[in-house]
Amino acid sequence: MAGSARKSVAGSAGVHIAVLVLVAIWTIPTLGILISSLRDKDQIIASGWWAALTSSSQTEDGRLPPASAQVEKDGKFVIEGNLFGDGPAREISAFGVKSANPTEFPAGTAADLGDGVTLQVNADGSFVMSSPKAFEGERGRRIYYASSAPPKFTTENYQRVLFSEGIGRSFINSLTVTIPSTVIPILIAAFAAYALAWMRFPGRALLIATIIGLLVVPLQMSLIPLLKLYNAVGAFFGVPAKTYLGIWLAHTGFGLPFAIYLLRSYIAGLPRELMESARIDGASDFEIFIKIVLPLSFPVLASFAIFQFLWVWNDLLVAMVFLGTNADQIVLTAQLNALLGSRGGDWEILTTSAFVTIIVPLIVFFSLQRYFVRGLLAGSVKGG
Amino acid sequence: MAGQLFSAIFVIIVGVGGCVAYFWGANKLLDIVFPSKGVAGTAAVDNLRRQGYVRPWLFIGPALLILVIYLIYPVIDTLRLSFMDRGGTSVVGLANYEWALGDREFRNSIFNNILWLAVVPAACTFLGLVIAVLTDRIWWGTIAKSLIFLPLAISFVGASVIWKFIYEYRGEGQTQIGILNAIIQALGGTPQVWISLPFWNNFFLMIILIWIQTGFAMVILSAALRGIPEETLEAAVIDGANPFQIFWKIMVPQIWGTIAVVWTTITILVLKVFDIVLTMTNGQWNSQVLANLMFDWMFRGGGDFGRGATIAIIIMIGVLPIMIYNIRQANRETGGH
Repeated sequence: MAGSARKSVAGSAGVHIAVLVLVAIWTIPTLGILISSLRDKDQIIASGWWAALTSSSQTEDGRLPPASAQVEKDGKFVIEGNLFGDGPAREISAFGVKSANPTEFPAGTAADLGDGVTLQVNADGSFVMSSPKAFEGERGRRIYYASSAPPKFTTENYQRVLFSEGIGRSFINSLTVTIPSTVIPILIAAFAAYALAWMRFPGRALLIATIIGLLVVPLQMSLIPLLKLYNAVGAFFGVPAKTYLGIWLAHTGFGLPFAIYLLRSYIAGLPRELMESARIDGASDFEIFIKIVLPLSFPVLASFAIFQFLWVWNDLLVAMVFLGTNADQIVLTAQLNALLGSRGGDWEILTTSAFVTIIVPLIVFFSLQRYFVRGLLAGSVKGG
Repeated sequence: MAGQLFSAIFVIIVGVGGCVAYFWGANKLLDIVFPSKGVAGTAAVDNLRRQGYVRPWLFIGPALLILVIYLIYPVIDTLRLSFMDRGGTSVVGLANYEWALGDREFRNSIFNNILWLAVVPAACTFLGLVIAVLTDRIWWGTIAKSLIFLPLAISFVGASVIWKFIYEYRGEGQTQIGILNAIIQALGGTPQVWISLPFWNNFFLMIILIWIQTGFAMVILSAALRGIPEETLEAAVIDGANPFQIFWKIMVPQIWGTIAVVWTTITILVLKVFDIVLTMTNGQWNSQVLANLMFDWMFRGGGDFGRGATIAIIIMIGVLPIMIYNIRQANRETGGH
């Protein structure tokens, strides 16, 4: 569609750069958590995620083995070993013995510590300390060193959040909430939309106006009365007030105005001749709906389903009001919110959990973007 | 766990099956009660007319029932509860509204909500429009749009984690792992705890919503821009208009209606903003907003339904002008239909 007039006004290079900058600003935040979720948890705090491909360096401290580890060699007392033991391979660039100057000596040199004592720490972590006199004391000498670790990527974070931080279970809970909440409203809304589009009855205009009004009614208006209602129903039947059935119906209710609005405007636009010729052939409204309207409405039904799916999956408010916070009911968004409180600084947990919560919407979004955009264009009156 | 998914699938089958059975059964019943076939002429016409009266209500019945229970009744009840005490048992008149006017936190929320309303819809619409115009002119515009559109699929909670990581502050002497503070430090500035700076933290929270919603504005406005007739733009070019003149004097006025739709849609969203504030600050450091305050009062100290309902009514009052406008607009469009 973009024709010659639009192309010719382009200040080409400037436009490319401007769009590139905007795209960078919009994608970098998501990229940040994706990369961080795959990094080793020590490296996340040692360097920014943008430096994930370079070696991360940090200053650490450690203790050499105590005097009991010494051996006598050629008239000197020697303590040998490796600072890292069998741990991950890292590279030491410098070391020191004072906290004020932790990188006093470059790795590989023999440092003179006074009284004839020398200490050599090599890049691979091995060290030799020797002294003309026997070492004494229960505790080994404290040393400081700057080490750098090669980039390390791992899926450990995912295993951890999925199986021991409750995210895996919440994922199932979210699916449990989302699937029925997406499917149930479709048929109910489709019948109502057909009636509002193609049937003549008193009160129709009022109903349409009501639905358009309800489109923008804030959810907050419904919460307290429904909470009271659910508690009363729960008490009356002696069942818990917070159930999956409750939230399925709640999401159905909250999604209906948009569903009816979206479907009605689509169904009303179907060709009149189609309906009339079917009617002349003796088809009833019910048959017309099932055999003509429903199959033709597939694109708009798909649009609504995607919207409702994303809306329910991403919802936090309704889930916090109508579902419990125990492991068997807490949904992903609520679990992520809880982790933000309890795991405030553990970015390996938070970034990984966040990525797990957004992966499903992203897949849905990328594979079905066409329907999503169509729904957006048709229903842009809705408040979201 | 698996049982839970099975029960969800079972519910889908029962729910959808129930719906089909209801619609089919009710329709069948209508044919039996008012038969139109196999009866004498006038009786058949009468029965057809009666069917015509009843059938729309059969079709619309389930939807109407759910709407009444989940939206219409609650709206009325919330209004009633706003004049009641915390448990909703005795009438307190306007006491809740008087409390709200005098409450520091409530006034802070109103102030912040107005700030959000002033910034977010304008920023989203403007950025969305600019991106729509720019991406229309380059060959990889569709990919660019897709990437900017992407955050719209991310939950507010997920987006909050993403941005909290950007605003992350580490104490002095430690490596800054939040990209914002790292940039500030690289430029020679002092890292800050961005989300606890009173007043300014509002803007750091708003950025999250702008980041999410710009894609929405962009898609809608992009479609509207494509609806501008090619000849109009060509004529402007021939007349010697520069790109800025074309943008401000030709494109913007042509899509004014769409801009209004985008603006109002985001305005409604902003009035209800809840998740971002809850997860980022929970209203601390003067960043409270109405929707989060309401949620807070629903459960604070066992819950104060009177005050919660009052705050909901205040949010509703903010939405009301848009609601009335939409209904009038829709009535005008379907007036002759």
